[in-house]
Amino acid sequence: MREAMVLDIRNLRSHFFTAKGEVPAVDGVSIQVPPGKIVGIVGESGCGKSMTAMSVMGLLRYPGRVVGGNIILNGRDITHLTRKELSQVRGNEISMIFQEPMTSLNPVYPVGKQVQEAILLHQKVTKNEARERVLDIFQAVGIPEPEKRYYSYPHQLSGGLRQRVMIGMAMVCRPKVMIADEPTTALDVTIEAQILRLMKKLCEEQGTSIILITHNMGVVAEVCDYVYVMYAGKVMEQAETFALFEHPSHPYTQGLLKSIPKLDEKAERLYTIEGVVPNLLHLPKGCSFCTRCDQAQERCFVEKPCLYEAKNDHETDSHGVRCFQYESGGQLDE
Amino acid sequence: MTDERARLTGKSREKKKEATAVGVGGMARAGMPDREETSAQLGESDTWADKLRTLMRQNKMAAFSALVIVLMLLAAVYAPLVAPYDHLAQSLTDRLQDPSMAHWLGTDELGRDVLSRIIFGARISLTVGLVPTLISMTIGTILGLCAGFYGGKTDFIIMRLADVMLAFPSLLLAMVVMYTMGGGLINIFIALSLVNWAGTARIVRSQTLSLKEKEFVEAARSIGVKKWTIMFRHILPNCLPSLIVLFTLNIPSAILSEASLSFLGIGAQPPSASWGLMVVRGKKYLFSEPWLSIAPSVAIMIVVLAFNFLGDGLRDVLDPYLKEQ
Repeated sequence: MREAMVLDIRNLRSHFFTAKGEVPAVDGVSIQVPPGKIVGIVGESGCGKSMTAMSVMGLLRYPGRVVGGNIILNGRDITHLTRKELSQVRGNEISMIFQEPMTSLNPVYPVGKQVQEAILLHQKVTKNEARERVLDIFQAVGIPEPEKRYYSYPHQLSGGLRQRVMIGMAMVCRPKVMIADEPTTALDVTIEAQILRLMKKLCEEQGTSIILITHNMGVVAEVCDYVYVMYAGKVMEQAETFALFEHPSHPYTQGLLKSIPKLDEKAERLYTIEGVVPNLLHLPKGCSFCTRCDQAQERCFVEKPCLYEAKNDHETDSHGVRCFQYESGGQLDE
Repeated sequence: MTDERARLTGKSREKKKEATAVGVGGMARAGMPDREETSAQLGESDTWADKLRTLMRQNKMAAFSALVIVLMLLAAVYAPLVAPYDHLAQSLTDRLQDPSMAHWLGTDELGRDVLSRIIFGARISLTVGLVPTLISMTIGTILGLCAGFYGGKTDFIIMRLADVMLAFPSLLLAMVVMYTMGGGLINIFIALSLVNWAGTARIVRSQTLSLKEKEFVEAARSIGVKKWTIMFRHILPNCLPSLIVLFTLNIPSAILSEASLSFLGIGAQPPSASWGLMVVRGKKYLFSEPWLSIAPSVAIMIVVLAFNFLGDGLRDVLDPYLKEQ
């Protein structure tokens, strides 16, 4: 099963070395991405979603550093590659889309040239061939009048178009995995739907797997095949999307789903999870969620739970939950 | 002086706004002045040529200054054709003549035609304005980029070096260099280049610091672009607007420095004509034949003002472009 994964993140730990101490931003995260599937990572701000992505891309910057674990891309461990090897992997086998389409394109170059740069970096093609490929990918990501847009500067395009350019840039070398870090947060809802549909389509056509980082449960339900719920640098629950929405097992996931406003229910106030994300410098001794958990028991405050199997009878894939309630299902990680 | 410039700048800004309003009104898109200004400048195709055209249309002062600079450069290049006399030909019988039809700006103490000497002097003064500025800005840009991009120790070493350079009065430093290496044009280049890089380095560093945090740099890294390519292909072009403006502001200060050095007797050596040298030679006759000093001073003033106005104009054109991001 594990060999088939196109991207296998095993027990990844990334720490930030700050003046106040070591901050475990990513604390033993394991994520498996099957080929051609969309894997969602959800969680509130500061839970380590983006840091996981940055670690995988090797983009973590001082004072952050990957301190443990392995990142296996296509059967090859890319955790400890040199800078040169890494720049051959980035963009070619794994690529990334960022949150802000406004600032993620260089303002001084026409967008076509920027996408072309990605091709020229990784493939031995002439400039003209590269240009043709750019126009093709512009067509594929639904940019009208690619010939004309090729020479447009980023500020002449709308947010949606810019994000399409970014997707084109990320997809042009047909990577195995594309990480999308909140790709639709800065866009309005109509465009969001278009972009998500586009990503799903490309994913199916080209067999690219996508890691979709978001804090929008609706987006997850819409496009993802698998979901990882993160909290304070740890994966709290992982399951196939349908199973997660049908049987949210971790108290945190339950809270998250409960706090989504529903059209068919009348409520005076929205449900909220009390409290805030704990300071990563001073995490509780036991489960990192124990301070906010409404089902917490004494044991939760002193012992750290592992990821336990919480599979229901009708679920086919494994359903991991980091909560003592499911201890009887057996341990999934070490 | 500063007040005067601020006033002039303000004036040129107002003029520019008027020009825009008129131009845009003609296109029947009134209502949102700010947006129009940017869209007029950044419309469908904003190439460098278009920006230049905008500059010419919006800021008449800058356009005029550009014309003056071009004329001066042409005069300097074709000095033997333009100048009425040989700038070195002495004629002791014609010494210290008042301005006349024969000698428009009179003659100096050796009977040389002052106008011809100013035209030939433009060669030295403009070269001294352009070459050391280019060299010092190239050095400053590279060092500033490295400091900003790499940070840490590299940053510390380069910027402390820059602080040391800035702590000395630059003229004094240039004098030290000139005294140790002797006079002459090449040494002026070296002295001024060594002295002036620090300012550029500071500006480029601060811009790099903010630019390297931008997501497009992260995006470039995420598609596998290498560090040096990021520095020179992705960050540097974003600094260009400020560098161009800085360039036009640095030229006059280099010309003035050369004038000061020549005035102090360690710049251009006689009999070659440099504006600074002419001012100092005319000093003796300031009361009887003031044009000997005034004429080259006015030449310096015109060049300095022209470059300043051009710099202001360029900044006005390039600034909204920066704001757009």
